[in-house]
Amino acid sequence: MQLSHESLIKAYRDMTTIRRFEERVQEEFSKGSIPGFVHLYAGQEASAVGVCSHLGPRDHIASTHRGHGHSIAKGCDVSGMMMELFAKQGGLCGGKGGSMHIADLDQGMLGANGIVGGGPPVVVGAALTAKTLNTGNVAVSFTGDGGSNQGTTFEAMNMAVVLQLPAIFVFENNGYGEYTGASYAVGSRDIAGRAAGFGLPAVKVNGDDFFEVHEAAREAVERARGGGGPGAIEVDTCRFYGHHSGDAQLYRGKDEVKRLRDDRDCLKHFRRRVTEAGLLDTAELDAVDDEVSGLIEQAVATARAAAPPDAAALLSDVYVSY
Amino acid sequence: MPVKTIRQALQEALVHEMRRDPRVVVIGEDVSGGAGTEGGRDAAGGVLGVTKGLIKEFGESRVIDTPITESAIMGAAAGAAVTGLRPVAELMFSDFLGVCFDQIFNQAAKFRYMFGGKARTPLVIRTMIGAGRSAAAQHSQSPYHIFTSVPGLKVVVPSNAYDAKGLLIQAIRDDDPVVFCEHKLMYDLRTEVPDEAYTIPFGEANVVRDGDDVTVVALARMVHYTMEAAEKLAAEGIECEVIDPRTTSPLDEDTILESVERTGRLVVVDEATPRCSMATDIAALVADKAFASLKAPVRRVTAPHTPVPFAPSLEKLYIPDAERIAAAVREVHGYAR
Repeated sequence: MQLSHESLIKAYRDMTTIRRFEERVQEEFSKGSIPGFVHLYAGQEASAVGVCSHLGPRDHIASTHRGHGHSIAKGCDVSGMMMELFAKQGGLCGGKGGSMHIADLDQGMLGANGIVGGGPPVVVGAALTAKTLNTGNVAVSFTGDGGSNQGTTFEAMNMAVVLQLPAIFVFENNGYGEYTGASYAVGSRDIAGRAAGFGLPAVKVNGDDFFEVHEAAREAVERARGGGGPGAIEVDTCRFYGHHSGDAQLYRGKDEVKRLRDDRDCLKHFRRRVTEAGLLDTAELDAVDDEVSGLIEQAVATARAAAPPDAAALLSDVYVSY
Repeated sequence: MPVKTIRQALQEALVHEMRRDPRVVVIGEDVSGGAGTEGGRDAAGGVLGVTKGLIKEFGESRVIDTPITESAIMGAAAGAAVTGLRPVAELMFSDFLGVCFDQIFNQAAKFRYMFGGKARTPLVIRTMIGAGRSAAAQHSQSPYHIFTSVPGLKVVVPSNAYDAKGLLIQAIRDDDPVVFCEHKLMYDLRTEVPDEAYTIPFGEANVVRDGDDVTVVALARMVHYTMEAAEKLAAEGIECEVIDPRTTSPLDEDTILESVERTGRLVVVDEATPRCSMATDIAALVADKAFASLKAPVRRVTAPHTPVPFAPSLEKLYIPDAERIAAAVREVHGYAR
């Protein structure tokens, strides 16, 4: 499908925003500005953006511990996210969730998740709401190769098929579950094939190629929206950083990250594709880069200046009423 | 007023709320039953028939039979609740909590806090508790204390049909996740239950019996054994004040404390195991906030720290009974420093 000029710019802006956000988070985390743990999404941008391009704010997604990219792609405010990571008032979760629980229900973002395989059953629920209330919305579960092995994920796929729900399971296979290779931990080495075994139409796409992800997601989303039931997409992708920021990455091959950055950078691929095809020119793309740099700079400044949560926040928001 | 069983009272509550609000759905294993069979739907209506017949009125889209996959059931219910439905999910036996704890404990219970107060998760988890049917270690537990210890969950433990109906309607209208514990030996227990819908607020204990000598706090089926003991003890001249908290989260601390301040003596009766239990929690509450009023040590009458046994003879020893309750009351009543 031919994307409009506006869609191409938006895709590039979203992917670039994720990349620059993560690079900056890595920098700020190293300086000690960000408490806790962060798991960076850089390298996988085409997956989040390729899929979320087809979603509106009333569609839902659930994410993983590596959730910044999905949040940005789903429309979460970058300053609100940065404030959350900095554990500040005004953060998307008021500084009470942090990186691993970043969420924005107004944008249909049901949260990053600290539990591997925690999200897929929740997505089944969001899809159940869509089907029961006949809203025409869809729900997308983002999971890694690690989460693809969890029983909760199997249960969720089965139930989505049984109830014919508008749920899409996206498996981002970045080659590693924590510090262990997917080639070791995914018994069949074929996540899409395993999803197909549950009765889901499942495809495997090259996550370095935004357009390939975008097209597979278009089909799955259209099918689900039209009442055709769930689907699954395995995205073959890579992460440029470790499992978490600060991971020594002893499991990586020599020069592996350099090779990934040289050969498998979805942003570089996108830039080359659109410029070679004459769809966008370098000046337009550079302008987006500048715009995004400003946005991230502003987000960090806002986060740095914001106050930590009031002490009263410790006790609030446990219940609606108690 | 008509007399109804707990089973009827629970079904009435579901029917009222499903008629009132199209967002209320029932989801779980065999909530109608018979899907994909020659015999067809409505073959079960839940193991003990609470949801029998609902599918005829509300259809498959609101009485949702699922595979036997508890994590997907609880996760689907949590995800549906946070996106606009008001699901009543059935976790058939509370023991199956072990299969799907994450979706309850890490997901549904924590959405609101983790997401900075933006989430509402109006979810009810109906589940069976209780020993007494030789169902053995994996179908007989009463783990309401485990749910109670989780911030973000509310926990209901009704002891009679009137309370069951009012508390279930309250649970369905409540905007927080609620675990609703039904004792498997009590479904046929009858009390007067109005035909119309009504609610009973959470955190308001029921003083089942007034008395000035010993406060006895009892939960679920233990309320009935406690009343049996209290009648015997009255004949001996010991007047028990029997308190049924009805909800363990929130817990009506004031009613318990005010009673103990008057009687100076407390026995807590709990069918669950004793470590980190409601009995222990209530004992700690009184030790902490009513120490000066106590005239005797607090006694807990509970199951032993063991799994639930299968043999009827052993199971009888496992479950607290009126004799043990009466003995504990006599002990604290006769205690002198």
